[in-house]
Amino acid sequence: MFKGSPKSVMTVAFVILGVLTLSSGIAAMMQRNLVHCALSLSITLAGLAGLYLQLDAQFVGFAQILIYVGAVAILIVFAILLTRENEPGSQSRYISNGYLGFGLALALFAVIGGAIVSSKTLGRGQVPAPEATVRQLGDQLMTRYVLPLEVLGLLLTVALIGAVIIAMQEKESKSPGGTK
Amino acid sequence: MTPLHGYLLISAMLFAIGLGGAITRRNAIIVLIGIELMLNAANLNFIAFWRFGPNPEALTGIVFVIFSIAVAAAEAAVGLGLIISIYRHYKTANVDQIDSMKG
Amino acid sequence: MQCFASSISRPGGVARDSGGAAVMEMMDQIFVDLKHWLVSLAPAQWQPLISALISVAAIIAVFASLFAVTTILERKGLGRIQNRYGPNRVGPFGLLQPAADGLKALTKEDIVPRSADQVLHFLAPLVLVVPAFLALAVLPVGRNMAVVDLDAGLLFFFAVGAATELSVFMAGWSSRNKYSLLGAMRAIAQMISYEVPLILSGVCAIMMAGSLSPEKIIEAQSAYSGWVPHWNVFTPWGLAGFIVFLIAAAAESNRAPFDLPEGESEIIAGYYIEYSGFKFALFFLGEYIGMFAVSGLAITLFLGGWHAPASFLEWIPSYIWFFAKLLGIIALFIWVRGTLPRLRMDQLMSFAWKFMLPMALVNILAAGIWRFTPGITRWIVCTTLVAGSYVLLARGLAAHSSVAKRKYRYAE
Repeated sequence: MFKGSPKSVMTVAFVILGVLTLSSGIAAMMQRNLVHCALSLSITLAGLAGLYLQLDAQFVGFAQILIYVGAVAILIVFAILLTRENEPGSQSRYISNGYLGFGLALALFAVIGGAIVSSKTLGRGQVPAPEATVRQLGDQLMTRYVLPLEVLGLLLTVALIGAVIIAMQEKESKSPGGTK
Repeated sequence: MTPLHGYLLISAMLFAIGLGGAITRRNAIIVLIGIELMLNAANLNFIAFWRFGPNPEALTGIVFVIFSIAVAAAEAAVGLGLIISIYRHYKTANVDQIDSMKG
Repeated sequence: MQCFASSISRPGGVARDSGGAAVMEMMDQIFVDLKHWLVSLAPAQWQPLISALISVAAIIAVFASLFAVTTILERKGLGRIQNRYGPNRVGPFGLLQPAADGLKALTKEDIVPRSADQVLHFLAPLVLVVPAFLALAVLPVGRNMAVVDLDAGLLFFFAVGAATELSVFMAGWSSRNKYSLLGAMRAIAQMISYEVPLILSGVCAIMMAGSLSPEKIIEAQSAYSGWVPHWNVFTPWGLAGFIVFLIAAAAESNRAPFDLPEGESEIIAGYYIEYSGFKFALFFLGEYIGMFAVSGLAITLFLGGWHAPASFLEWIPSYIWFFAKLLGIIALFIWVRGTLPRLRMDQLMSFAWKFMLPMALVNILAAGIWRFTPGITRWIVCTTLVAGSYVLLARGLAAHSSVAKRKYRYAE
């Protein structure tokens, strides 16, 4: 079972993580209970973080868990709790003519998958793992990508203020203004 | 069937799953979850190409994915704020009942 | 991933030049050598797995027994602060109380509400305990004694810390209980709010060391000038950062005075009302292990890790120093729990966002100034910056609360 050679271990771990990610992705899109959908999304995101770690992108993998699982998933869960229907489960989960959407998604996957499998330029074999230390990442972010970094800070500030203003309760309803 | 093919196929499948959910589900928050899945599938694509691509020392893939994660988080926050605000008005979060501008 | 291979060579060994010191170095590295010997007994292809398993088993054994010791210390300590004996029936001075508690938790009936979400209800304690133990993996318990040495180790720590919040939600939601859900929402809001000052106050130590790896951060604090060690806590920004970090750590672990989500007089047990028996013990364990992990990180970032407080005390093994400092911080948490009253939810939130966050940001600025200013000026500038902003923030926030002067009425 435990072969010990790097390639087969990677394949076993890759298959497990891939199956976990895809099955929880399907569960996230198909479940009736909304909270279960959100928690399946968290499992999908954690599985993706595992795949990033398999690809030797340590910083991105841990940042994915910190940001997506630690913040975005909880945000989605809070939003689900704040927008609950009084009578869940009586109507269909899908919009009318939903099978067209499924067909479209299936067709898209067929096209992209066919392009991947039949591609001639993707023939590269095992490439040695690149060295992506946090130090190099910091250097790049501060020298080559410093403008996008500052714009990102501005964008996050604007999004923060905007989200608070949009979700704030209106003043004329006599409630204490300002939700989180 | 190199590892790169494997990662790209997983990314394509996840994208298709996200797309299928985003355009068929009724609840607006599930649509947003589908959009997040699509963004994550694209991120996986970037990291896979960074790892198996010609110039991994430039760290382009990693930097792009970091920015993509941050922008997606900001977009999720604003989108959920919008959904909560719409819910307060229409008392529902189903996308096919928000049709007062129809026709 | 290079994590599972154990390094046979010992980088950073203590340089000694006298005979008896070889004994001290052997004592210092005794656990590392023991592990290497055990691993060498296994066949070659199983060695990474055996090495990983031994490290994991050692961490779980040590920290679970530390958990047992902490429960009895806490109950005796709280009892003495509140002018009563703690538990003193089981064993001499009540020291076998953890065994009694463990037996009770194991044999109690496990009640699950019928309308509860069975899968989530079952998984919530696991999702709490597993990341809490994972976070212990990057802490250097002694010289060469971290389980893994990740390049982005601190980011890993904060990531698994963030993953525990989902378990709080799962526990609160799956119990189908209004109070449980309310406690869970409060707990999540509190944990998310206090995560920001926690990470930001750790950032200044990261800035000074130039690396996210705990080993390198400890290495940056390893010098001694005379008898005084160059720990981060002995600098103005380090002291402020340490205090902010400890307050945020107490809030992250839902410890008093931030235990509104689980306060017994408020909301009975908050998000784990509907848990009994072993699952409740797992929640308890997870919370305490989280407290140990974040205290261990405070030691790594600010208190110099496993280094001794004076250069002539270096002969005492490094793990003894780590656990001594850890017990000191645990005693500090128990002391604060017994002394301060609980904070209300809005006080808690405004404290995090209006005081701790600006304080952490000013601290980062002070750390930056410290790096680039020479000599005695940096002490003066950084101290005035940190102390001045503290006074301004505290006075500014206190000016809004108009509390009348307290009148005392004494009994005759």
